[in-house]
Amino acid sequence: MFYNLIKNIVIIVFSITVIGCDASRWNSPYDVDKAQEPILFNSFSSKPKHLDPVVSYNANEWAILSQIVEPPLQYHYFKRPYTLEPLTLEVMPSVTYLNAEGQPVSGTDSSEVAYSEYVFRLKPDIFFQPHPAFVKDETGALHFQNIPPAQLTEIETLADFKTLATRRLTAEDYVYAIKRMALIQNHSPILGTLQHYIVGLATFSEQMSDVSPSVKQLRDASIAGVIVDSETQWRIRIKGVYPQFLYWLSMNFFAPIPWEAEVFYDQAGLATKNISLDTYPVGTGAYQLVENNPNKQMRLVVNPHYNHGVYPGEGLPKDANPALLADAGKPLPFIKEVIYSLEKESVPLWNKFLQGYYDASGVSSDSFDQAVSVSSSGSLALTEEMREKGIQFLNTVEPSIFYFGFNMEDPVVGGYSEQQKKFRQAISIALNFEDYVSIFMNGRGIVAQGPIPPGIFGYETDEKAALNPWVYEWQTGRAQRKSIEVAKNLLAEAGYPNGRKPNGAPLVLYYDTAATGPDSKAQLNWYRKQFQKLGIELVIRATDYNRFQDKMRGAKAQLFSWGWNADYPDPENFLFLLNGNQSIVKTHGAGVNYANYDNAEFNRLFQQIKTMQNSPQRFALVQKMVKIVQEDAPWVWGVHPKSLALYHRWYHNVWANPLANNTLKYKRIDAELRDYSQRQWNRPTFWPMVLLFAVSVILFWPLRSAYRKRQQAVIVPKSSRN
Amino acid sequence: MNDFALTPLWTDWMIWGLIASFAYLGVLVRRSRQVAQQWMRIFESKLAMISAMILCIYLLIALLDSIHFQTTSAQQMTVHQSVLDKVFSHLAVGQERTYSAPFASTEHTKSLVVNQAGEMQQLRLPLKHIRQDADFSMIGQTLSAFLFASVLSGFVVGWHLLWRSRVHQCPFKDWLNQVLLGKTRLPWRTAYLTFWGLLTLFCWLWVMSHSVHVLGTDKVGSDVLYESMKSIRTGVLIGVLTTLVMLPLALFLGISAGLFKGWVDDVIQYIYTTLNSIPGVLLIAAAVLVMQVILSNHPDWFSSTEDRADIRLMFLIFILGLTSWTGLCRLLRAETLKLSAVDYVTAAKAFGVSRMTIIRRHILPNVMHIVLIAVVLDFSGLVLAEAVLSYVGVGVDPTMHSWGNMINQARLEMAREPMVWWSLFSAFIFMFVLVLAANLFSDRVQAVLDPRNQSDQLTR
Amino acid sequence: MLTYIIRRLVFAVPILIGVNLITFALFFMVNTPDDMARSQLGAKQTSAEMIAAWKQQKGYDKPLFYNEKQPGLAKFYDTLYVQESLKLFWFDFGQADDGRQISADIQQRMAPSLAIAIPTFVIGLVTNIAFALLIVLFRGSVLDTATMVVAVAIMSISGLFYIIAGQVLFSKLWHWVPISGYAEGWDSIKFMILPVMIGVFAGLGAGIRWYRSLFLEEIHKDYVRTARAKGLSEIKVLFGHVLQNGLLPILTGVVVVIPTLFMGSLIMESFFGIPGLGSYTIDAINAQDFGIVKAMVFLGSVLYIVGLILTDISYTYFDPRVRLTA
Repeated sequence: MFYNLIKNIVIIVFSITVIGCDASRWNSPYDVDKAQEPILFNSFSSKPKHLDPVVSYNANEWAILSQIVEPPLQYHYFKRPYTLEPLTLEVMPSVTYLNAEGQPVSGTDSSEVAYSEYVFRLKPDIFFQPHPAFVKDETGALHFQNIPPAQLTEIETLADFKTLATRRLTAEDYVYAIKRMALIQNHSPILGTLQHYIVGLATFSEQMSDVSPSVKQLRDASIAGVIVDSETQWRIRIKGVYPQFLYWLSMNFFAPIPWEAEVFYDQAGLATKNISLDTYPVGTGAYQLVENNPNKQMRLVVNPHYNHGVYPGEGLPKDANPALLADAGKPLPFIKEVIYSLEKESVPLWNKFLQGYYDASGVSSDSFDQAVSVSSSGSLALTEEMREKGIQFLNTVEPSIFYFGFNMEDPVVGGYSEQQKKFRQAISIALNFEDYVSIFMNGRGIVAQGPIPPGIFGYETDEKAALNPWVYEWQTGRAQRKSIEVAKNLLAEAGYPNGRKPNGAPLVLYYDTAATGPDSKAQLNWYRKQFQKLGIELVIRATDYNRFQDKMRGAKAQLFSWGWNADYPDPENFLFLLNGNQSIVKTHGAGVNYANYDNAEFNRLFQQIKTMQNSPQRFALVQKMVKIVQEDAPWVWGVHPKSLALYHRWYHNVWANPLANNTLKYKRIDAELRDYSQRQWNRPTFWPMVLLFAVSVILFWPLRSAYRKRQQAVIVPKSSRN
Repeated sequence: MNDFALTPLWTDWMIWGLIASFAYLGVLVRRSRQVAQQWMRIFESKLAMISAMILCIYLLIALLDSIHFQTTSAQQMTVHQSVLDKVFSHLAVGQERTYSAPFASTEHTKSLVVNQAGEMQQLRLPLKHIRQDADFSMIGQTLSAFLFASVLSGFVVGWHLLWRSRVHQCPFKDWLNQVLLGKTRLPWRTAYLTFWGLLTLFCWLWVMSHSVHVLGTDKVGSDVLYESMKSIRTGVLIGVLTTLVMLPLALFLGISAGLFKGWVDDVIQYIYTTLNSIPGVLLIAAAVLVMQVILSNHPDWFSSTEDRADIRLMFLIFILGLTSWTGLCRLLRAETLKLSAVDYVTAAKAFGVSRMTIIRRHILPNVMHIVLIAVVLDFSGLVLAEAVLSYVGVGVDPTMHSWGNMINQARLEMAREPMVWWSLFSAFIFMFVLVLAANLFSDRVQAVLDPRNQSDQLTR
Repeated sequence: MLTYIIRRLVFAVPILIGVNLITFALFFMVNTPDDMARSQLGAKQTSAEMIAAWKQQKGYDKPLFYNEKQPGLAKFYDTLYVQESLKLFWFDFGQADDGRQISADIQQRMAPSLAIAIPTFVIGLVTNIAFALLIVLFRGSVLDTATMVVAVAIMSISGLFYIIAGQVLFSKLWHWVPISGYAEGWDSIKFMILPVMIGVFAGLGAGIRWYRSLFLEEIHKDYVRTARAKGLSEIKVLFGHVLQNGLLPILTGVVVVIPTLFMGSLIMESFFGIPGLGSYTIDAINAQDFGIVKAMVFLGSVLYIVGLILTDISYTYFDPRVRLTA
């Protein structure tokens, strides 16, 4: 019997081992067969709320939406500085300047120019993705515009519609999208900005929003400044000169919307099943959304009608890997399917990436610092462990800034007198953001010298010239933060020696923050430590994000942190954060100048650069503005974060372009290599299992003997009593 | 010239108030010989004795951390701290830059350094606040801590032995013999050994903490030992003070419902059934969100971050108290119902004794054991709940030292390679010891005080 | 019997109204409609008009309890409370702030929650009872004491530690199971193993202690002595008689838990990325989505009350001594 048992154990263990080696991927979060196909495995951490192009404005939404819909323009994949190129257009839109009477004028002399008119010409033969909305019956009417309730009960997702059709893209689809944007009911976040520019948009918006028009009414109405010339051409007339307007046209708000889709989704029964334009957008892009389950996964598959994209063959910066051009001229896209899985926690996301189950780890997470270390040349490099796995990485400074602001209206930290400036400069020196970057961002950021991030026109690339002279000194060829003694002296000159008020009482400052996440405690402590260096006590008022925004809108915060991502690569988009006309106090909470900074000279220069074309002259003016704010120090300039993307060696054509979102179509996957690597990295460890089994077997014997003993012990006294 | 002033926080008042009322209760209990004897039986078990001593240590640390004062030095620097901070002041001051492992001499991660030649190098920076000189020997320090603790505990134990022998009117030598053989009614031998062990451990930690980071440092370079010590106050306060909030409500409502019956009973039952039927975490989360709104609308309530965190802790304790009284209330109601049918209570009613007197004389004393059992049982649950609530994001203030916050942060650290395990480990050990001691102790309390168990033991 | 159930159900209505009022009051204090509008419309560039339009569209521009502008009964009917809360009684939960249908989402998320909760519950129950019986078999021995100490130790560790340790060991180091995630159908098994194991293990301490005391109470009863006197082996006594008689208190004790299984486990689901109702709730709390939290509170209360009624019924059904008088 004993031998039998041993034999059985050996057989079981052996078979487990064999099965294990064969499958070798018990921990795969998806079907292992899929790893052998050109499918990209990606993740999303928070569910995309809106995929309706007119509403959607979040990075996580655009990451998906931009693959599906196509605005007229896009950013060139490689070129720096960021450059626009036509996406669905034949050529870049042409512009003519008009005077108040609508007559063309030459030049851009703003005194004469009243309007600019852009003309757009579509590429021929672009088709929408297959979609039930386009299906027509014999009479030519839309087939699915009145689905009977009986049929509706059988439909749970969009995939349940079996007949699909397509349609050619026309100029009207673009114009229709602008009309939809005008309706207040649609909550487009850029309507407020654009009604200042597009001629007739404001009146159209007012009139139509009251009516709540049907699709037909909306199609028939027209905006004064937006005119359809033909099937393939339309014009937009905007007020004055506004060169930045083209940047807006690369955003998804201007993506075409087929009216048929709106008719289709308007049917009552579909919305209750979570089928709407907000969940299943319709577009001409390289991919179509076939599954939208924000509780679990989103799935994109290739749009079979997509035919107008080729891989770019030029524009790659010289220092980049030339292998990126290997696919030049090939038709897009390469990847056939993309599966986004919900991954709320960064820990499992990171682990699955290391196990090879995600192809790229695009989210910046705490885990990165184990992957990346600072190399001897001062730049970021992968750690040994990552290099062994063949993981690649890419980092770019994002066109954004994370800053620490002073409320300039506050009697203590605000004001423009010499003393008050010194006070803020002292704090600017004390807040050692180099430390911040190395502790909390693991080196993933560069300390800002002014409001404009790298890669944006107006950013001074010469380090010495860019230096913020109030906080830094130029020493031995490097920028060196001034010592804390300098800051203390400045503070004393400002009237707070050792962080004490003139009457000897300690100076207490208040810092407002929306504290979330496990890291916040350490960060808040860090801020307090920085202020303690000056002897100032920092009181932290942490609330949730909503409350925090409320406070900021009421200009009630004294000190705060905030960030800004570029909408478009132009200095105007950053300098307007400090424009006096945007201040919270003046605009009663509607502006974006949360520091309430207001400097007459700065405001004047801002008006000047706002409508200028990029030129050396504009560059000089921007530098002048930067110098002004550096001295006034309404912000501690903080950090330009670096985005860091790690990806496996089987993921090709990866290039960081923070402004372009529709880059999936360029990427390629070597599924065979992925399959092989996953096998290699995920061999289960068997000894604990064997150990566990052995222990339970060994435990069985004492239990058995104890039971036998007990059985006898119980019986004996009883029988003796009987 | 140093100015010194006590600056108690709200929760300091509460905990000391609670201690005072417990002391008063202790005096009351001592008066009644029978009850005192019964309560003394709790400590007859060795396990209960050890647990009680560990609990006492935790409570002591929490109390030390609940005496806040401020000193103003000659340089006009005002320092707020607690007595515990003073004891471990070298840890509070000696902050490193970032992670370092227990007993390590360098940082955990490599960083970029420019050496004299102007070259950039990548190395692990040495820690600033540890001793690395040649004459430093870990064994020597350990030995000295051990010796010191032994001498000190020997002294204390000797004194206690002398006192007990006087109390028992027994010659010192005989008493010593009895203790050594373990023949005393209370397990003093175990108690003395535990005392010696705990004292040695504490001395060792204290001595070593001057020279190395015994449990490493966290992300911003704070000493993890110090952090874990400071977290004790949060855990103990939540465990202890919540019952303080809960008790009056549960006692008042439970006894009223059982005694008055009729519509009073109906209303009270309705209230607690309603509260009970809401999933606990959701109710707490909702209430904490409300609290955050109130706090952010009244920034004038607190002058510093500590105050703010403290008020938030107080609110959290109130919220936990308000959501956890229903269980005890139900028990008390049932017990009161039973009691009010007992002969002497009906007799008292018939004689027209006032309701208050009945409650005070007959009901309260007879439900005290239920209250005590509920208090010790809830304690460990509340300590564990704090961690979970902090994970959900509705726990204590993120600036506050607490095990929940430590665990929350540790999740990210576990994903690093090599793992940063010491924060999680410390939180685990500190919490585990406390909760284990509390559970063992509450088992014993239940075994001794629950009348059901007694009848069990009788029949057995 | 039927009248009793109906009576209990009617009695549940005021409780649900109470629950409703509490959540309603709490959430509108925390989250004014303006807040909701802002968080929904995004942080960048939201104007007052957009907020007003959003509120009007979602119906959040009405007064809380009493609408002066409306005639007659509509004064009470056309209010936020009625609009937001009364329809809960026919399980119409309305829209979440992101526009998705809450009822549809709850239906969809119930399956993953149950896929974790039911195995955890069943396996946990069986393991607890099996261990408890084993301990009772060896009662008074070293094994008994040792197991009780281990049980207390298991109870004394926060569940968070089990989850973190489990993920590190079984997923990160040993590659046995996926670290998190979920799939439909049979594929879900490999995702369920770890959370279920951890759930069972974390409940083991309290479970063993509870069932051990329950069986110990049984074992001193007369019928056990008789059975033993008949010369039955100890195993037969335990499994044949003690377990059988102990089933009644076990059953009535667990019935109250069963309906709440539908709510899922908050912590477990969010750690393991399971798209169930528990993680739904946590997300809603973090996003301050009033609609979802309200729906979940209501659902939780309903299930709790159902559990209570089921307990009462199971008492009458299995124990003839208890009779429920209408």
